[in-house]
Order: sequence, then C-alpha cells, then structure tokens
Amino acid sequence: MSQFPALTSGHRPVGVVSFAQYDNVRREEARNEVEMLMPVVAEVFGNIGITKDDVGFICSGSTDYLIGGPFSFVAALDAVGVWPPRAESHVEADGAWALYEAWVLLQEGEIDAALVYCFGRSSMGDLGQILSVQLDPYYLAPLWPDPTSLAALQAQAMIDKGTASEADFAAVASRSRRSALSNPKAQVAYDRSPEELLKEDYEVAPLRRHALPPLTDGCAAVVLAAGERAYELCERPAFITGIDHRIETHSLGARDLTASPSTKLAGEKAGVGAKKVDVAELHAPYAHQELILAEALGLADDVAVNPSGGALAANPMMSAGLIRIGESARAIWSGQADRAVAHATSGPCLQQNLVCVLEGV
Amino acid sequence: MMDAATRLDYVFTAGVAMSKNLHGYEQGKFIGQRCPKCKKVYIPSRGSCPTDGLPTDEIVELPNTGTVTTYCVVNVPFAGQSIEIPYICGQILLDGANLSFMGLLQEIPIDEVRMGLRVEAVWVPPEEWGPTLASVKYFRPSGEPDADYETYKEYL
Repeated sequence: MSQFPALTSGHRPVGVVSFAQYDNVRREEARNEVEMLMPVVAEVFGNIGITKDDVGFICSGSTDYLIGGPFSFVAALDAVGVWPPRAESHVEADGAWALYEAWVLLQEGEIDAALVYCFGRSSMGDLGQILSVQLDPYYLAPLWPDPTSLAALQAQAMIDKGTASEADFAAVASRSRRSALSNPKAQVAYDRSPEELLKEDYEVAPLRRHALPPLTDGCAAVVLAAGERAYELCERPAFITGIDHRIETHSLGARDLTASPSTKLAGEKAGVGAKKVDVAELHAPYAHQELILAEALGLADDVAVNPSGGALAANPMMSAGLIRIGESARAIWSGQADRAVAHATSGPCLQQNLVCVLEGV
Repeated sequence: MMDAATRLDYVFTAGVAMSKNLHGYEQGKFIGQRCPKCKKVYIPSRGSCPTDGLPTDEIVELPNTGTVTTYCVVNVPFAGQSIEIPYICGQILLDGANLSFMGLLQEIPIDEVRMGLRVEAVWVPPEEWGPTLASVKYFRPSGEPDADYETYKEYL
C-alpha cells in the first residue's frame, strides 16, 4: 500500500505530478496563445508519459481583458485538442484557481487525473490600464489607477506604520533576483546588493524599479492525480494537504493594506502552521508584498522563501500563481523540501489570495 | 449620473501559422496547414489541430476553386457596411480543405445561389495584394456542375 500524508477527514489525496511553463519573455511576438500553450501542454503530459486521453478533466485560467477578445479560453482549447468531447471548465482567474476547481472535482472521486493550464500576456496592451478596469467601476476605475501606483500606496502605508522600510523592500528584491539566477525560466535575475538597488530612482515612490515585477508573456500547466494514480505517474507526488482561498472587499479604502487577513485565514484553513514549512513560493508581484504575506502566513525565519525568484523573476499574468504551486511541487519531487506552501494572488494590493500546502511522503 | 468611458487598445498577434496564411494573400495564394495525425487541412490554421492538439506544421497551398456549403442573402443594412445590399455571403470550402470560411459571392443572380454551387476566387489586381483576405475580391460561379451533397455535408 502506498503512503499518503495525513489529510482532513474525508479528503482524497490529490498530488501535483507534473509541471511545465513557457519561457517567460517580455514580448512573444511570433506565436499566438495556442502556439505558446501547445509545447507546454505537450511537455506537461510528456514528463509523465500520458496523453490527453488519460485525464478526466481539463480546467484553464485566463482573462479576455489581456487579449482584448471574447472567449479566448475556448480558442485556447485547440492547444489540447478536445475531440472526442472532454469535460472542461475555465476560471477567469490565475491558473491556481483553476487548479482549485480541478482539486474539488478530484475530491468527488469520479476521475483520477486532471490537466490544469493557464495563459496570459502582458504585452498586448497597456497592462496598467487593463488591470485598472478590474477595480470598482464607480470610485476607482474612472481614475485609471495602475497597479504599481496602488502597490506604492500599500508600501507607503507599511513605512508609515513602521512595519517595513525601503531597505527591507530592496532586501527582498536582491534575494529574489539572486535566487532567480538558478531558475532557467527567470526573466529578470541578477546579483546586486540591497545597497546598490537603493540607488535606483523611484518608479512610484516609495517603490523603485527593483521592487516591481517584470512584464511577462507566458503560460503554464500542471497535472493533478489522485490516490494510487499519483504514484503511478510520479515517484514522489506533491500531495495537497490543504488548499483554501479568500477574498477581501474591493474597496481599497476599507482595507488595512499593511496586512493580509485573507491570506491569514486561507493559510489557517489550509493548515500552514500545523508542521514545519521548508519552502514557501509566494506570489508577491511587488517586493513589499512578500513581507506582508510571510507575516500573514506566520512563516518562520528558516523557511526558504521564493527559491525560484518568485514573481519578481517572472510575472506572467494568470500563470504566476500556478507557477508557485508548480515550483513548490518541484521542490518536493527533488527532495529539497518535504513540505511547501504555495500562494497565489489576484486583484490590487493582494485583494484575493489562495494558499496551497503540499507534502511529500 | 456620470460617464466613465473605457477604451483599451491592443496589438494583435496573429501567430506563426496564421501569419503564413496572411502572407499567402500577398502572393495571391491560399495557404492552409495539415494536421500530421488526422490529415485535415485548415485554412486558416491557428497553429494547432483543434481535434488532436498537434502543431499543423505542413504547409498546403490550396487551389482557387471550391464549393459553397451554405450561404446567406444579406438584406439588412448595418453600420460600417461596405457592400451594397442585397448581397450574398457564402461559406466557401476550398478544394482539398477541411474548414470553410466566409466569402462574398458575386456574378450570380441572388435567386440562383445554392448549396453545392462550384465557385472560383477572383483576386484584386496583384499590385493591391496584401496580408489580408481582402486580396480576394469575391468568389463567382466557376461553371462546373454542382458538387454532390455527400462531398460537403461534413462542413455545414
């Protein structure tokens, strides 16, 4: 009998057994979304020697606002080839939420494996403008505030409260970009000290260039498998022992931007604090947000945070969250970690957050 | 009451496969692509076979002739209309293709257009060819006998 990690009563063990991502690039000029996804889907299946016929469900994450066309997720299915007809779904969110839907379906027990993929491009329009239309349509969206300006308000609130300094932001960026040097999929990686980074000019005060994520075109895919099927496909599956997502009000003025109560609650529900955490992959597009997330999740000082470089290394829209889960799974497959915490975010200033705890046996 | 007009501009990426199709129009050619598995020919291809999910890497040049699988007579004026009504919009299945596309039908009285009608492409003068289907001025009857329903029933 195969061994499975302890799960909440009644839950079925579901593990991440394969992961693939596109080469994160500033601007993919030649390929369309389908042409970007095809090699990634082929790789995520090829890694474990299966085909689309071996998964009982397909779930994708993307948003039409990035592409500027309706039903782009339907066209993207051409990258998988859905004939004969397949059970398929889509979330207008990061692929991490698509993974959540697949995990829920796998809990029902009718299928043993699922494909999750996501795609998003930052290069097709003005990303700042595009993201501003997700804000509340009455008070915020008409002002067209871009995400960097909103993140800067959040960072300034931390400084005003005394919970962090610009030097702390630079320390996060310096460590993340240095870690990114060993990530072949990183878009921005360098070895520069925090002191050097603090000499940069402000993009939007108090955020300097190093505290901002790169603009990235990319996509990613994961295969989930349940029970014994997970061991058939992967020597050491990264089992999901807890997963939860929570959202805060869309009114930024009604939130304490220096904390992330939704991450805290999701982390508690997912059981982050139950045992030692070895690796945490946090979807913090802006450097200061990593500090908020680590605090909300109660991560100890010895946790390796974002060994991949995180979203500061590459921030493909709608994929950077799923990539955190994929990178966490890789740490477990390799034995680098026994227990990892993956986090995904959506919305301005960490409005919505998903926490996924992964364990290897 | 307040107006908050929203406008977002995008740069469209046609993709590798569709770019080959579009560049074909610059040379007066219909360029499709074939699936390596099911052998279907798509025009235009978006790069993958929607049935098999495989890259349609094989380039196939298709002829100027095809069959009207179905059609619609447009009698309703609408904003931006560039052709005088009434006119006929046909689904054209080029010979050798497994995907039909919409094309304008001319040089035939409206009450004579029919499913199975054999047509040929009429191109704009070569100096006006560009990376757009507008390089094809319209389709007109080729004079061949109508196609058998069995030959196009899968493409309606």
